[in-house]
Amino acid sequence: MAVAEKRIILKYADEPGYTPDITCYMKHGGYQRLKKALGMKPEDIVNEVADSGVRGRGGAGFPMGMKMRFLDRKSGKPIYLVCNADESEPGTFKDRQIIHKDPHQLIEGLMITAYAIQAAQAFIYIRGEMYQGARMLETAIEEARAKGFTGANIGGSNYSCEIVVHRGAGAYICGEETGLLESLEGKRPYPRIKPPFFPAVLGLYQCPTLVNNVETICNVKHIVDMGGKEYAKIGRPNNTGTRIWSVSGHVKRPGYYEFECGALTYGELIYDVCGGIRDGHKLKAVIPGGSSSKILRAGERFKGKNKDGSEFDWGIEDIPLDFDGPMAAGSMSGSGAVIVMDDSTDMVEAMANINAFYAHESCGQCTPCREGSLWLRKITSRMCAGGARAEDADLLKSVADQMAGRTICAFGEAASWPVQSFIAKFKDEFVAKAQQAGNASKAPTGRGFRLIG
Amino acid sequence: MSEESKKPQEVTINIDGKDYKVPAGMNLIDAVKKASGKEIPHYCYHPKLSVVGNCRMCMVEMGTPMIDRATGQPILDDKGTPKIGWMPKPAIACASKATDGLHVRTDSPMVQDCRKGTLEFLLINHPLDCPICDQAGECRLQEFATDYGRGYSRFVEQKNVKPKRTQIGPRVMLDDERCILCSRCIRFCREIIKEDVLGFVNRGSYSTLTAYPGRQLDSNYSLNTVDLCPVGALTDTDFRFKMRVWFLKPVSSICTESSVGVNTEVWSREGKIYRITPRENDAVNDSWMADSGRRLYKQVEADNRLLTCKTGGADVNFGEAVTKAASILGSAKLAIVGSAHSSVEEQFALALLAKAKKASVSVPAHVGEGDSILISSDRSPNTRGALVTGLVNTLPNPTLSDLESAITSGKIDALLVVREDITQAGIEAAKLAGVRIVYIGTHANATSQAAQVVIPIPTVFERNGTFINQNFRIQKFNTCVPAPADMRSELKVISEIAQAIGIEGLDGLTVSQVWKQMTTEVQELTGLSFESIPDHGTQLQAGRFASIRFPEGPSLHYTPGATSIAKA
Repeated sequence: MAVAEKRIILKYADEPGYTPDITCYMKHGGYQRLKKALGMKPEDIVNEVADSGVRGRGGAGFPMGMKMRFLDRKSGKPIYLVCNADESEPGTFKDRQIIHKDPHQLIEGLMITAYAIQAAQAFIYIRGEMYQGARMLETAIEEARAKGFTGANIGGSNYSCEIVVHRGAGAYICGEETGLLESLEGKRPYPRIKPPFFPAVLGLYQCPTLVNNVETICNVKHIVDMGGKEYAKIGRPNNTGTRIWSVSGHVKRPGYYEFECGALTYGELIYDVCGGIRDGHKLKAVIPGGSSSKILRAGERFKGKNKDGSEFDWGIEDIPLDFDGPMAAGSMSGSGAVIVMDDSTDMVEAMANINAFYAHESCGQCTPCREGSLWLRKITSRMCAGGARAEDADLLKSVADQMAGRTICAFGEAASWPVQSFIAKFKDEFVAKAQQAGNASKAPTGRGFRLIG
Repeated sequence: MSEESKKPQEVTINIDGKDYKVPAGMNLIDAVKKASGKEIPHYCYHPKLSVVGNCRMCMVEMGTPMIDRATGQPILDDKGTPKIGWMPKPAIACASKATDGLHVRTDSPMVQDCRKGTLEFLLINHPLDCPICDQAGECRLQEFATDYGRGYSRFVEQKNVKPKRTQIGPRVMLDDERCILCSRCIRFCREIIKEDVLGFVNRGSYSTLTAYPGRQLDSNYSLNTVDLCPVGALTDTDFRFKMRVWFLKPVSSICTESSVGVNTEVWSREGKIYRITPRENDAVNDSWMADSGRRLYKQVEADNRLLTCKTGGADVNFGEAVTKAASILGSAKLAIVGSAHSSVEEQFALALLAKAKKASVSVPAHVGEGDSILISSDRSPNTRGALVTGLVNTLPNPTLSDLESAITSGKIDALLVVREDITQAGIEAAKLAGVRIVYIGTHANATSQAAQVVIPIPTVFERNGTFINQNFRIQKFNTCVPAPADMRSELKVISEIAQAIGIEGLDGLTVSQVWKQMTTEVQELTGLSFESIPDHGTQLQAGRFASIRFPEGPSLHYTPGATSIAKA
């Protein structure tokens, strides 16, 4: 039997009659946690967040409390808070549910976080395509300001903080935190080199900056509500709280679902919660955490040791639905986007689709990602157009290997991990494409033509 | 660049297994080069520009000694040497600084693989049009591809198509297909000349360098972007397709555009100059120079170049010209016009001649507007030289009013003019009819036309010598190309004229010989010799001139008034 959803963030979002305006929000206890927070010492809130163990929901899963503590308070520079609402990882559609259905929850979480780090100014950087969400946020901010929950002297506490909603212009790379900060400063979103430009020290306008995802920031409200230690009891150790999973692909009931971390497995999510694979088809593969995470093949076995020393031996279906589960299986939970593929999927076509996305979204700043992502796209496009060669699979992997770990930001990995994992797990399909194209019998050109010597 | 000019602290870094001492905080690319002589290949990094780390060519392996967290002591291996914790991923050297105990591997298999990968990526969409590219021969892409690349291509797809032959500024041509997007040119405009006109449009592999809408790269420093460009994307419209660089011979020289004394390299082949580029001197011009200074070589083959001796407008040989000159300059009512374009040696020799003849000397100043970067308001290279050598005792003035009244009153009847057009210095051409003139110079002008005797001499590119710049830094320039046939140097001409009018002690003047005398007679030059002045010049102590109000405003490495007390 399917595990029941545990809705904390989306508790009211889909309730009949629940509207995104402030009246409805306050009727449901809205802004009470902000009032409570304003009565606390800022550092106590930071401690509660650290105690809660809440990890970032944007993709990297970095503990939020640690990030807050990293903020450089000695420099005397103003501290900025930026909410990353540039949700654009293919397969992810969780943050927009919050923004569209419960924007005040985000604003309350944002103001609590801002107070906790004593931010001088808060920003919501929202994906350009989500113009409706941006409008709703602005309306919500005005409502909150009218009630004294943002702006000057919030709740009579002497603490003041404004929120600015900034719309992106349609680039995936703006979700990378330093690219986002560049964009917010009005420049091309070229990610910054780290070191030295760690946001906690040299962030927005070279000031210490905290950047967190929408869902993460909403969690702060609930941490203040129940207390960090109490919050930490939800989920598993190191995987605390709930997560919203965006399920797409060949399941009967795709959608977003909020579960306690580790309360169920990927198998239960796919078969019980989402109704299983389309009729007449079988599961072929799962991308467990957004298109940049490494793909998992049905029938594959994942073996290793748990932290407590016990051994595990999982199929896809057995992987716990949390942060550490997919990590142990060699992939990641990323932004919580589960993409399910059944046996009708042509893996070369799927690869071509993913490659096209990353080639289009590479910012072009550093060489390996700029040139590698487009090269990958050109190869898989050619393969799909009937020009596949026997050596293309190895070439794809080699190109991806030349990108991963050598770029300014994590985009290099985001674009190469899918390729590395597709080739590792579905190489036969890439080779078969060459056979279909009648190119397999041709002697591989191997080293190509010589340029020098 | 560094602001901490006090004693830099030294740290020990380990490069490929050997320890070296380097200044603390030095950029790792520079530190490795300085310490071990090894070059870490790079494209986007430039010591004078901000670090962006985008080319990924300078990847190295880095590690630090492992520390036991419990004891705080380094963890030792079996041999008792500290264990090094190597970072699992390669890191860019350009964004790292030398810190004590840093270990670097510059040639490990991982590093070699990174370089191969980066070069392959840079080349897949590159047009590989080296046979028609001006950068060939001094192209970092060519060089590193040969040194570190795979040597073959695995790319069988269509290459990207981008704009070719874009006139991005009046002097700069852009080929976007060759561009490797290192952004050096963008950063130069933004950070050095503060004219933000270049940027990238589009994204990913389609990123394209261009000027902002309605703007062009028209700064007088635009050609520095051509020097900075590691590939053939930006080329100089003047030099484009003129000559293969491997045929050219560079000679160190000094720009004569203003008193800044920009250090240059003059590139020539078979006696013909093709281009001038800046030579790095961190005390004067860093790595930059103005576009206008790069075109000064055109004076060598200018239409109005003086090539033959003339008396009364007719060509004569040198001996006849000197005889005629002597008959004029023998006058007791002689005045001399010297030049701040003459070298220190030439000015000193002329001063000796003037002293022997008891003739008054004036030097006209050439004053323009300074640009606060590398062109100062004093548009002659050696005004300080005229003061140091004693050719004049007061700061030259743009108008020669004393000389004019002397001509008008008939106080003088003979004039020796060197390298200057005095009609540009407030003396009407008509007035010149009242005196007899001997003109020694490089180009024809109103003064040479009024002169009874004209003797041609070499330009800065055809002789050697020294100039003293606005900072009282004495700098050498060398002979880049031979002077036209039968042309004597200015020193030789002065020497011959002196002999012809019976002045002793000035015969057979050469640069080295003049220096022997200067070093004993000129206070600032004591202990120096021409040969001992290094390529980047020597700072003179010029407290003697502290009270003179020079016309220059502040510019790169120059603060008015601050340098007269400068120590060598």
